[in-house]
Amino acid sequence: MAGFILRRFGIMILTALCLTFVVFFLTNLAPNLEKLAKTQGNARMTDAEVTSWLANRGYDQNIFVKYGEWLGVVPGYVIEQPDGTYRGRCFDQAEAIPDDAPRFCGVVQGDWGYSSVFRDEVLGIIGLRLGLTGKLMFWVMMVMVPSALILGVLAGMREGSRLDRGLSSISIVTTATPEYVSGVILITVFASSAVGLKWFKGTATSAMENATFENFFLPVITIALYGMGYIARMTRASMAEVMQQQYIRTAILKGVPFRQVVLKHALRNALIAPFTVIMLQFPWLLNGVVIVETLFNYKGFGWTLVQAASNNDIELLLGVSVVSVFVVLITQLISDIGYVYLNPRIRVS
Amino acid sequence: MEPLSWTGALAPLITPLWIAAGALVALAILRFVVSLLIVPAQSVALPDGTLTAGSGPLELIDRAVRWALGSVLALLALFLIGGVILDLSAGIIGGMARRLLPVWIALVATLALSYTFRRRLGLYGKLFDSTIGTVGFALVMFWVFAAFFGAMDLIATFDPLAQSGAMKNEPPGTPFDKMIGDVDEGAYPVYLLGGDNLGRDVFSRMVSGAWVVVQIAPLATAFAFMVGITLGLPAAYFGGKFDTILTFLANLILAFPVILLFYLLVTPEIIETGIPTYMSAVIFLFPILFLTILLNARYHTRPALRTGLLVAVILGLGWIYLSLISEPFGVLPVLPEALDLFDIPGGILTVFVSVVFVNAPTVFRIVRGLALDIKTRDYVAAAQTRGEGPWYIMLWEILPNARGPLIVDFCLRVGYTTILLGTLGFFGLGLPPESPDWGSTINDGRRLLAIYPHPALAPAIALLTLVLGLNLLADGLREESLRD
Repeated sequence: MAGFILRRFGIMILTALCLTFVVFFLTNLAPNLEKLAKTQGNARMTDAEVTSWLANRGYDQNIFVKYGEWLGVVPGYVIEQPDGTYRGRCFDQAEAIPDDAPRFCGVVQGDWGYSSVFRDEVLGIIGLRLGLTGKLMFWVMMVMVPSALILGVLAGMREGSRLDRGLSSISIVTTATPEYVSGVILITVFASSAVGLKWFKGTATSAMENATFENFFLPVITIALYGMGYIARMTRASMAEVMQQQYIRTAILKGVPFRQVVLKHALRNALIAPFTVIMLQFPWLLNGVVIVETLFNYKGFGWTLVQAASNNDIELLLGVSVVSVFVVLITQLISDIGYVYLNPRIRVS
Repeated sequence: MEPLSWTGALAPLITPLWIAAGALVALAILRFVVSLLIVPAQSVALPDGTLTAGSGPLELIDRAVRWALGSVLALLALFLIGGVILDLSAGIIGGMARRLLPVWIALVATLALSYTFRRRLGLYGKLFDSTIGTVGFALVMFWVFAAFFGAMDLIATFDPLAQSGAMKNEPPGTPFDKMIGDVDEGAYPVYLLGGDNLGRDVFSRMVSGAWVVVQIAPLATAFAFMVGITLGLPAAYFGGKFDTILTFLANLILAFPVILLFYLLVTPEIIETGIPTYMSAVIFLFPILFLTILLNARYHTRPALRTGLLVAVILGLGWIYLSLISEPFGVLPVLPEALDLFDIPGGILTVFVSVVFVNAPTVFRIVRGLALDIKTRDYVAAAQTRGEGPWYIMLWEILPNARGPLIVDFCLRVGYTTILLGTLGFFGLGLPPESPDWGSTINDGRRLLAIYPHPALAPAIALLTLVLGLNLLADGLREESLRD
């Protein structure tokens, strides 16, 4: 088991390195850097000025060197400026190289860089925004997982029954409704001042400090609905399969009440598959988070991603991708380990 | 002219519709509650050996539910037929029903013909044995026909890009008016579903948005399948290093958050560097590769036929391929302009490529999984003993036997691609800003959603019904193919 986890961990690190390099490469392409120079410096710079602006800030180095510097395994650049001062990755601009300046300053050392849009440390922004999204995700999980499991178990316990068909149709409808569609419909019905019921608020900006049922229900239910249908269908399939097993038939023939059979005999085995599905839902939920946070103007992690990407805020974007890639990979790892742990028939040697 | 109401002359039918719908919901809930307390009545055996259904309270409720459902459907059909006959005097619904008349005719004809000959049509015919599958098929075909007739300019009432200052954010059914000058002779009298924030007709934009989706989504999915199949089959069949590397790459792309990938790929700066064009140059190569291998594996024993076929495929598809990737001022001007058949706008090409890129790894994993399973069957061993080549076995033994799950996944994936296209439009990526596609239209409408919901609601419901139809179709196909 330890070897299995170690190997998975190694693959995870490799994947994370590859993915961050791809992001690094795409954000450091020449047109992106030119845009960065023009937004940071002066919008009317000539090509020669852009080149020297980038060179003075170490952007013209080899892509692998730059990536190594960002990662913190290659010493940060120190470049003498035209006016005789020094500019380095690990210190700002100084007359001479400061003695206390570290040689390495990258992600490994905890220096995630400086966001050009928010004018703040990347690590601080990500921590703050991730906390807000964590609050959203907590409530999404609290709504989504129990309701999806109940839907799936009820539908799967008597396959082909009228109840099954009704509940399955509901879950098909929710999987066919992406967040931007259900969000629009829910806002129209429950929050619109023109025709709606005005039960809830159509924006969740106030929920960042003070989440109430009124301002937080719509974003939560919008994300939960899309994921719910999928988990419910997986649970249903798994439950239906378990209900056809011999030991269930034996229990029913023995005269155990149906309720007991479902709750005591079938449920535990039927929940193994949905567990992995719930874990693998995280990457999709991230999608939903970005859409819903944009739609409801809730300034969390997804909203930050959109801001960073649309303004080519390289270091913030890299920070955001590191976090999201790790969230995806860690949930995959947990789902693998959990699957092995829950299912006694699989033993990793 | 007065603003149109929703139902116009058919207004008296609304009350019965609400009563029937209310009764349906109430009876369905009652049926559920009662079924927890009472067991269904036993069937009674008649003297001639047949069974007759027993009757009890549960069966009585069942019958009532069926009647309520029937009357709801009948009333809805009345609205539709009445609308087609009465046109605008039956209100907005009437106007829309009349405009969509070509769609209704084509839909009824397709369904009637398919249903009549369903026994001779293989899996497609069996689809009509399942209610869910039929409903899904009807929904999908509705939008396909709407898109086709819309592209032939039979449905849209206005130009989807034409603006009118007087129609900004006007509610559905507002009579058409121009800020300056008189309304043209013969112009449609109303904005059926109202105007958006620039005074464009929401109904016409919805119809032309369908054409964008119907053009891109199935084609992009088909390309993703070509890539996935061409790489997935050898990965499973040969295994080894090749398999390990490809699986790692597929997992790499799958671990990438889709929205981040879109934001990185579909920006003007990246299009400027030509990366999407290079990616499309690689991705569009796969169909040619796939067809060449497919035909070569089958006909390599008959060289004359094989050579003819291959030359035709490579020349024909090669020319299309070169015209696709070469653009007058693009990064890959390989073909002289005189021979260039068509140019695809850079934005559309990028959207297409990124959608294929996101979908292909999942298809790869599915194909690989299926092929790993089928590889161990006896008929594959028999073919190997016969001395068939590996590509023949992969493409003519393994692939046809994996078609059931692949067809089902294809339907689901077209729906998923539609959602992805909508997501791209929602973030304003790739497609031109005034493009009528559903995602962009929702994005336009969402800013004033709380005050004027109608511009965003129409494309939202359109997208919902199309994706729902594709999901139901996939469900029906899965059910029927499992029954074999």
